Amino acid sequence: MIENAGRSLWLDAWIRLKANRAAIVSAVWLAFIGLICLIGPSFTNHEFTTQYSSYVRVPPSFDAYPKADKLDQEIKEIVARAHLTLKEWKEKDGRFFVTVTAPKPIDDRVTRYLDRSDSFKDGKVETKSADGMEMTMSAAVQKLYFYFGTDTSGRDLLTRTLMAGRVSLMVGLLAGFVAVFIGVIYGATSGFIGGKTDEIMMRIVDILYALPFTFFVIMLVVFFGRNFMLMFIAIGAVLWLDMSRIVRGQTLSLKRQEFVQAAEALGVSNMGILFRHIIPNMLGPIIIYVTLLVPQVIILESFLSYLGLGVQEPSSSWGVQISQGSRNMEGAAWLLIIPSFFLTSTLFALNFIGDGLRDALDPKDR
Amino acid sequence: MKKPVLSLKNIKVNFDTMDGKVEAVKGANIQVNAGETIAIVGESGSGKSQMMMAAMGLLAANGKATGECEFEGRNLLAMGKAELNTIRGRKISMIFQEPMTSLDPLYTIGNQLMEPIKHHLKFDAAAARKRAIEMLELVKIKEPERRMRSYPHEMSGGQRQRVMIAMALANNPELLIADEPTTALDVTIQAEILELMADLQHRLGMAMIFITHDLGIVKRIAKRVYVMRKGEVVEEGDTKAIFANPKHEYTKALLEAEPTGRKAPPVAGAPVILSGEDIQVTFKIGGGFLGSPPIELKAVDHVSVSLKQGQTIGIVGESGSGKSTLARALLRLLPSRGALNFNGQAITGFDKQTMRPLRKQLQVVFQDPFGSLSPRMTAGQIITEGLIVHEPAMSAAARDARAVQALEEVQIDPALRNRYPHEFSGGQRQRLAIARAIILKPKVVVLDEPTSALDRQVQKQIVDLLRDLQKAYNLSYLFISHDLAVVRAMADHIMVMKDGKLVEQGTPDEVMLKPKQDYTRRLMAAAFAS
Amino acid sequence: MLRYVLKRLLVAIPTLFVIITISFFLMHIAPGGPFNMEKGIPPEIKANIERVFHLDEPVLSQYLRYLNNLIHGDLGPSYVILNFSVAELFAKSLPVSLWIGSLAMLFSLVAGCAMGVVAALRHNGLIDYIVVTLATAGSTIPTFVTAPLIQLVFGLTFHWIWIGGWHEGALAALIGPVITLALPQLATVARLMRGAMIEALHTNHIRTAKAMGLSDYSIVIRHAMRGALLPIASYAGPAAAGLLTGSIIVESIFQIPGIGRSFIDGALNRDYTMVMGTVIIIAVFTIVFNLVSDILYAVIDPRVRYD
Repeated sequence: MIENAGRSLWLDAWIRLKANRAAIVSAVWLAFIGLICLIGPSFTNHEFTTQYSSYVRVPPSFDAYPKADKLDQEIKEIVARAHLTLKEWKEKDGRFFVTVTAPKPIDDRVTRYLDRSDSFKDGKVETKSADGMEMTMSAAVQKLYFYFGTDTSGRDLLTRTLMAGRVSLMVGLLAGFVAVFIGVIYGATSGFIGGKTDEIMMRIVDILYALPFTFFVIMLVVFFGRNFMLMFIAIGAVLWLDMSRIVRGQTLSLKRQEFVQAAEALGVSNMGILFRHIIPNMLGPIIIYVTLLVPQVIILESFLSYLGLGVQEPSSSWGVQISQGSRNMEGAAWLLIIPSFFLTSTLFALNFIGDGLRDALDPKDR
Repeated sequence: MKKPVLSLKNIKVNFDTMDGKVEAVKGANIQVNAGETIAIVGESGSGKSQMMMAAMGLLAANGKATGECEFEGRNLLAMGKAELNTIRGRKISMIFQEPMTSLDPLYTIGNQLMEPIKHHLKFDAAAARKRAIEMLELVKIKEPERRMRSYPHEMSGGQRQRVMIAMALANNPELLIADEPTTALDVTIQAEILELMADLQHRLGMAMIFITHDLGIVKRIAKRVYVMRKGEVVEEGDTKAIFANPKHEYTKALLEAEPTGRKAPPVAGAPVILSGEDIQVTFKIGGGFLGSPPIELKAVDHVSVSLKQGQTIGIVGESGSGKSTLARALLRLLPSRGALNFNGQAITGFDKQTMRPLRKQLQVVFQDPFGSLSPRMTAGQIITEGLIVHEPAMSAAARDARAVQALEEVQIDPALRNRYPHEFSGGQRQRLAIARAIILKPKVVVLDEPTSALDRQVQKQIVDLLRDLQKAYNLSYLFISHDLAVVRAMADHIMVMKDGKLVEQGTPDEVMLKPKQDYTRRLMAAAFAS
Repeated sequence: MLRYVLKRLLVAIPTLFVIITISFFLMHIAPGGPFNMEKGIPPEIKANIERVFHLDEPVLSQYLRYLNNLIHGDLGPSYVILNFSVAELFAKSLPVSLWIGSLAMLFSLVAGCAMGVVAALRHNGLIDYIVVTLATAGSTIPTFVTAPLIQLVFGLTFHWIWIGGWHEGALAALIGPVITLALPQLATVARLMRGAMIEALHTNHIRTAKAMGLSDYSIVIRHAMRGALLPIASYAGPAAAGLLTGSIIVESIFQIPGIGRSFIDGALNRDYTMVMGTVIIIAVFTIVFNLVSDILYAVIDPRVRYD
């Protein structure tokens, strides 16, 4: 059978990539993480800033809060807070009926004490004795689910983890692209012009390399202030160095290829050589590097956040969460383990995709 | 009747690859007798090397060999590694095609020579050293004592191959397997190494298996020959008999593959189309901001060329002689000194912009059919790129029509023009490169070793194609090659270069039959001795 | 060779100068100063302190003063830990970082090389997959995840190690930080070594050695491994510089009083001299260990000759 369509190297690479199970599973996982971070917070029924003072540091559970055995104590506390005396309480059709007494007439507004609790909602007066000193209130139990538990401020960890994921992934992507943009432009210019310009441009990169890297980032962050938008520009501006070296090396080696010389001999212009011959052949290494750069950026952001230099409360990122988790891991290990799992699995997925792309785009056995 | 040293019986070699099982050798039988030299000849991919690798236990991890390799009554293929190691390097040794990389770059020559001697013969250091120096003398390495302390990178390819031979013969093996030992070397060095090997075989009396694709070598060195094709032995027997009277179709084709014929000189009074006076090209090596001043290397040193319409000038010389650099200078792809003239117009000092309109008529075909085609463009895009540059007004349909025409001229099915370079064979790729050049209807085509990376049979087809095209379009060629047989068939004028200088020039008969210079004489002797 | 080393050290001086200059000005144009942070200092006292430390002068003259002191070997007083000079503080923190760093480096080099070689020899076998998986995990999981997990499992759950503090270098206090520091390096070394060994085992000169019937020991150790050590030599220098000058994360998590801690504290409190001192130490270590790397490379590979 003669197949005349032709199989481009891109198509070849795609076929090889599809055969790489680790890369495909990783891509699916990454898409899943991205999707739940994007839309998940709208479905958790919690705001990421809401603090449930009744549920501080509750462990992950699929059961609803409040737990039945806790209700008795909860009601006693509420009644005590309202300076009333509890006569009795009973449960009927999902509502709680609390009968209280007081030495003087009871104000109807005491139902607010029920509403104010995280366990109840819709409190109202059912009956009231003639002298007003005995009253029966009822309230619905407010069922709350904390699948990942809550943090030290009583905020839902699931919602917060997903919101933090948004930040971490966005910083990773945006800063990654800043780095790629600067790196590609700088490296391609240096490599394509060559000669003295190349030498000077690369000497500058060498010096920037010699600067202690963490110092540089920390200084930038301190200088720019703790501003989320500026932070990833700072990160991107630091991480472009590798990219520029890779792109320069690629440009130089492509310039020496015979097909580029052949194009020169055909009289193709510089722009034509750049766009038809150099850039298409450079895309592979750039794509590979981007997938390896994004996890680096996420780690760096987490690192800065861990030190308290990154994202600020009430916003969060996985790095911030891990930092908080590690301070509270004694007795609340989930605070550390859950964000660590999200961060690590994302990093693994990105690495596997990067490896898969490298094998697909740059197979040595060809 | 001498007894056989090694007999290969029904050898099969398979490789497990991503694309499934590949049969490299499909049941070959080969025998070599004591003190005898045999040759195994075949083109690349014929399985000739893999068969011997299998016998030596050197197959890649995904390779598997079956059959029987009988040596001293034992089957090499059935041996464990420990047992095999009492034979490899002791009774059978092997040398390879790549002299530049076959020695460990991190140890001295002496160290590497002594290691197998100590290992197999249990010599102490002093005795091993003495033996190693003896061997270096035997393979005619000058100053052996000093060379013992040299590292491989301090020696030339020819010297390294001599060291390899010394290492292989140090333990007096009964059989030496030589896998294309001269292919990577320049012709004059090739001749010396072959002479050395023949001489050593005569003196030491070991048997020798010579794997090669070069029929000239077979004729010179082997008494018997096996012809291999696609993993099978298609013909075997006495070398002279086979050369005189080949039976198998493939052997016949192989013997006829040497390019034949001669090129007649251009008609008298043909105008000069491309000329260069006193061309010089210098490269600066090293140097930097703080380093020492750069070294100047004269790649082309005062050479003049004058190419007439319809003429083919062959430029020959060994690697590093400056022949490719000269051609690039003539095309103004490199800065050079000296007056250049194309089609009656002085082009001295022309830059990219000013050269651009002329490029249409001044085309080039490079050596490497894998490297010279942009890997992410289709064949159609590659060959029409020049049209986009030089005839920007042309419609896409018209360009496509021209592409079809050009592909037909180089005998490639135009239906394949949407395929990518990696989907074509080496010979087809070189045809694409030629199509890219001729689609512009040029006056001059520079051919930079266009056949060197190809098998003999494909070479012949490309030579025929180039000659046909020359006749059809009255093209002028500048043909650069180290392969004198091809140059003889292509060129009507030959220039011999060495170290950037022109050594000698003249018609093929003058240069090849009556060389005036000593260097040319050696070159011709090496190339045509048979 | 000696001339080469001297030349490299000479070239390092301008590099160091550029680094010091960039760092100095970058830090001084950042808003805030060492004495702005603490609230409650009356303005006149603040002015007094700033006068004592010359912080009221223009930045350029502060810079020249700093350079002048530096040439005389004086790193200046700490602005935050009063009554201590930066040099005195380093005398306490540097040995701690050096000790932890060298233990981690040693561990990762020895274990990493061993793992890499074994994996390469069993290429595509079970051991290879295990090593590759471990190496991937080691280089993917960031230290600020591994460190608390190690604390949680080995410290809080099993009580094998202390989860923080220096304790005069007691073993139970060292294990946590050393392992955390070593894991990513070990993973990288193992991966590099594996790749280099696989490549080395496929070279033509190894084929020659096999064809000459040499022993496995000679082929693997003498011929393949020596070549495979070249990328390790290149990697080890910069990596050692990074490890020996302390890790901010590891020292913060395990509360180790090393260079990394003093650096981050200095940066957050605008302790200019402290930060500059740390930058200089890191830069000097980087330059020196890069040189060590290059020398090691030349020792292994005779093709590389410096003059």
